[in-house]
Amino acid sequence: MTEYILAKYNYWIYVVLMMIGLYAMMGKRNLVKKLIGMNIFQTSIILLFVSTGVKKGGATVPILMHAGHEHGAQLIQVSDYLNPLPHVLMLTAIVVSIATTGVALATLILIYKRYHTLEEDEILAIRRESRAYKTPRILNPTD
Amino acid sequence: MSDQLPALIIVAPLLGAFLTPIIGWWNRHLSHPWVLMVLTIPLYAAYSSLFKVIKNGPFGYNLGGWAPPWGIEYRIDYLSAMMLVLITTIGFLAAINAKSAGNTEFKGKEAQFYTLFLLQITGFLGIVITGDLFNVFVFLEISSLSGYGLIAHGEEGAPMATFNYIIIGTIGASFYLLGVGYLYMATGSLNIADLATLLPALYHSKMVLVGFAFFTTGVAIKMGLFPLHIWMPDAYTTAPNSVSTLIAPLMTKVAAYLLIRILFTLFKPDFALSVVPIATILGWLAVAAIVVGGVKALAQTDIKRMVTYIMVAEVGYIVMGISVMNRAGLTGAILHIINDACMLLCLFLVIGAISFKGHGREIYHFQNLNKKMPLTMAAFVIVALSMCGIPPACGFFSKWYLIMGTIVAKQWVFTATLLASSLINAVLFFRIIEKAYLAPPEDVAAGLDHTEAVIITRDKVPLTMIVPILISAAIILILGPLSGKIIETVIQHAVPAIF
Repeated sequence: MTEYILAKYNYWIYVVLMMIGLYAMMGKRNLVKKLIGMNIFQTSIILLFVSTGVKKGGATVPILMHAGHEHGAQLIQVSDYLNPLPHVLMLTAIVVSIATTGVALATLILIYKRYHTLEEDEILAIRRESRAYKTPRILNPTD
Repeated sequence: MSDQLPALIIVAPLLGAFLTPIIGWWNRHLSHPWVLMVLTIPLYAAYSSLFKVIKNGPFGYNLGGWAPPWGIEYRIDYLSAMMLVLITTIGFLAAINAKSAGNTEFKGKEAQFYTLFLLQITGFLGIVITGDLFNVFVFLEISSLSGYGLIAHGEEGAPMATFNYIIIGTIGASFYLLGVGYLYMATGSLNIADLATLLPALYHSKMVLVGFAFFTTGVAIKMGLFPLHIWMPDAYTTAPNSVSTLIAPLMTKVAAYLLIRILFTLFKPDFALSVVPIATILGWLAVAAIVVGGVKALAQTDIKRMVTYIMVAEVGYIVMGISVMNRAGLTGAILHIINDACMLLCLFLVIGAISFKGHGREIYHFQNLNKKMPLTMAAFVIVALSMCGIPPACGFFSKWYLIMGTIVAKQWVFTATLLASSLINAVLFFRIIEKAYLAPPEDVAAGLDHTEAVIITRDKVPLTMIVPILISAAIILILGPLSGKIIETVIQHAVPAIF
């Protein structure tokens, strides 16, 4: 069992991180903790993708030697080379995750300006109270 | 030039979005004409692509000249060409409407608003046009991120709704990304057409099955399929009217398109028929969505929130059409994507106009509204008739095909749900129409003497609002009689030949 886990430890870390992230997003009541959970969740996926590109046994970066036409077509042993594509995909995914974090943080600032708290329960209580008095307010970011 | 049309569909709004802040900074009154000008390019390109597809069949476009499966391929077939036309048309009408609605809701921030607006449309178009799984993820996030930014500017409660949307939407997008990862691990390819040929040998591989599960869950979150719809009512109710006009009709439809792509193009239809019981699961989720959406809509007094719950039910319609797995059902689902997008556009435009004139969105605010806003309310009646499925309007025809599909599949519960849902829609809309048209005039209700009757003044809705409303109402009426033609020229080719 231990060997089974150790042999593919990076995938196990991915699963554990993902579950931590999911738990934080759903279980935590503080909005910043939810956001951190979201980041952990996204990072775990990056780890999965990066893991898939790795090959054991002396595989190297895929720079094709003698790839010119004068040597004729050469067969490429796929197992000799690391796969760079997942890493490249993850560069894009990292950008996406940073953008999402940025937008989420900006939204948190809006929420904090409005309610002066980031605890979900307190915000819900404030909203319930204001709904009882029927005082709809138009969003004004300057207040 | 005409060979480059597929690239222009994406490049024009994307570059336009980057230039919008500069133009808005120079003169903020120019940003609206500029956006309209930019949007005519994809509008023209989408229509000419559709005619090209009808004439010559599906075609591909290799971005940067790199051949698939290595390069990113833009694939335009019947379904995606139809979606491109739908998105550009609705985007254009929403952009016209944004002049008065958006300029008041985003006062002083018009340039930023229009930038996000263009990016949002770019995202939708990209999801539809691309033939590359990872590229779909990128465009999905472009559309989601600009959507978050736009929705957060709404009324009371919008930031909180946006934050929930960000969390749930990110889970959806991440699940989609995981699906891409698992399929890539199994096959080493990202091109949809290439994967479609590689996958059948691996249909029973656990990796592919897990990937499929992540795909459908991720897309269902983006689509707002019950029980993953919880973010949708809050986000679309609190969003600014100019924003919900654009996002609400299109986001769910684009995700439904993605579901059809995954079920019938990426995986062959026999995968869903014989390998996984996805059709049964989706079918019963659709039943739950229609019932819950309808009942929750009945409980609402705020009309905008009511419409968002109707959206939950409408997503159920589309998924039900997909889940019955026959030609009539899928035809109905694809037709309903078009019809529902037009109906929701018209509904949100009407709500926008009513809010713009300072009327409330509660049902009792609709009292005698037909005297104040006759044209707007006329459009509202047309949508209401279409939603209930009354023949000249387009809603009848897609519902007809959906019901035919459930009858062919012998799913009698589904048939009953669809029929019951039409009744619920009738109740939903006729209670508003009754208030607007048949309620006694305000003076009688207030017990005033008729000699000093209150003179009801007509609200002048700005031209940029009333024109999109009338166009979309006309589209609803025209699409109905045209639906036979649409099915014959486009949709019947989009349905997989196996059915």
